[in-house]
Amino acid sequence: MVEKIAADSSLKVMLTAVAVAVICALLVSYSAVTLRPYYLANLKAERQARLESILNALPRTMDEIGVDVVESHTVDLDTGEYSERVDPATYNVRQAVTDPNQSIAIPPERDAAGIKRRAHYAVVYILRDADKAVRAFILPVYGSGYQSTLYGFLALSADTKTVLGLKFYEQKDTPGIGARIQDPEWEALWPGKSVYDASGMLRLGVARGKVASGSEEADFLVDGVSGATRTSLGVHDLLRFWLGDLGFGPYLKRMRGGKANVQ
Amino acid sequence: MSSKLWQTFKTPWIDDNPITLQILGICSALAVTTSLDTALVMAAAVICVLALSGAAVSLIRQHLPRSIRIIVQITIIASLVIVVDQVLKAFAFEISKRLSVFVGLIVTNCIVLGRAEGFAMRNGVLASTFDGIGNGIGYGLILVLVGALREFFGKGSLLGKQILITTAQGGAFEPLHLMLLPPSAFFIIGVIIWVIRNKKPEQIEQSEFEVRSETEVGQQ
Repeated sequence: MVEKIAADSSLKVMLTAVAVAVICALLVSYSAVTLRPYYLANLKAERQARLESILNALPRTMDEIGVDVVESHTVDLDTGEYSERVDPATYNVRQAVTDPNQSIAIPPERDAAGIKRRAHYAVVYILRDADKAVRAFILPVYGSGYQSTLYGFLALSADTKTVLGLKFYEQKDTPGIGARIQDPEWEALWPGKSVYDASGMLRLGVARGKVASGSEEADFLVDGVSGATRTSLGVHDLLRFWLGDLGFGPYLKRMRGGKANVQ
Repeated sequence: MSSKLWQTFKTPWIDDNPITLQILGICSALAVTTSLDTALVMAAAVICVLALSGAAVSLIRQHLPRSIRIIVQITIIASLVIVVDQVLKAFAFEISKRLSVFVGLIVTNCIVLGRAEGFAMRNGVLASTFDGIGNGIGYGLILVLVGALREFFGKGSLLGKQILITTAQGGAFEPLHLMLLPPSAFFIIGVIIWVIRNKKPEQIEQSEFEVRSETEVGQQ
């Protein structure tokens, strides 16, 4: 039942092309508009779930450390001050880094995290107890692993000097090797590590291989994931970047100055 | 269902399977088969796109100028893929995140354009729809089989349910991490093709040239 295929005429070509384009455009627009509310609801639920997963990753449950309120704030990373200009609920960092007006280029020699551009703002979460005292800061961190970008949250104590937890919620490094940064066993190594040494030097990171227990370094470094040197190094570097001057350094300095209540 | 329609529907399952006989759509078959649920959703997405694009292309085939037929087919396919992608993002958000770009890449899946150009352009709407669904099932069968094998041996689970207890959890099963990497899908698809062609020798292709033995080469 092979049939004859229509012959060409310029008019017919034009008409067909326009008709197909219009119909397809209508179909796509209609579905985009109707389905968008569902998609946005999913994104919101995901953000919420992410926040809950970091709360669960903290060394003690929320009740035990007495967290009553979770606040989200937008931080201007250059000054370390809170910014009212951006709504933390809708701010999309991944979109911001692709926009030259919303992000800065990082000089390659300072780009430890391997992210090339950094957004002007970041959304941080602050956990407070019933008396409104700060119990924890939760900072979003990300950077290059072995073959993917690692996205996570770093939870710091109220004085910003002790790690309460580090959780990566998204990565595509090698399953079973680099991906073990998401194993509960590895996550459990982080709580209690010190961020700075006595002189105020940033020391937190990942060791190459194992850290000798009892050594001075064991206060600051966790064991590298065996077989995943590049992923471990990626975690180390991204922490150094985000805790440094181009990351949350200015913000954390303000917070140590007791400015957590300034809004 | 007439027997002809049934044939159109059924042949692509094994006898004319797009993956194992035509060796099309391999890229996505490697990428989305690390677990069974992604393979199932991807198969469903491809079945939808194939059925609808077959019907749409067949519907306008007599009015479609030859010079722009491919671009029109691709426009239709791309629109359908965008819609399917949006439906997944709205109603199967978790899985759509794991499928990432591969739903969008159905546009470039050779099976879809191949059926539009090779079948829907020459056959009625009903036959083209059944051909689309049939080919989608053929693609899906291989995907689901590979996905099930990779998830089972790579993680000891099926559809996320732990079946074998891994050594990390205190059991006796050591997961084969290779199964979670793309090359394993090549091996599995290769073995499936070998099994099918062993059972159905008519699928074996004629060699395009003779491979000469070393002694023959040496004599020249």
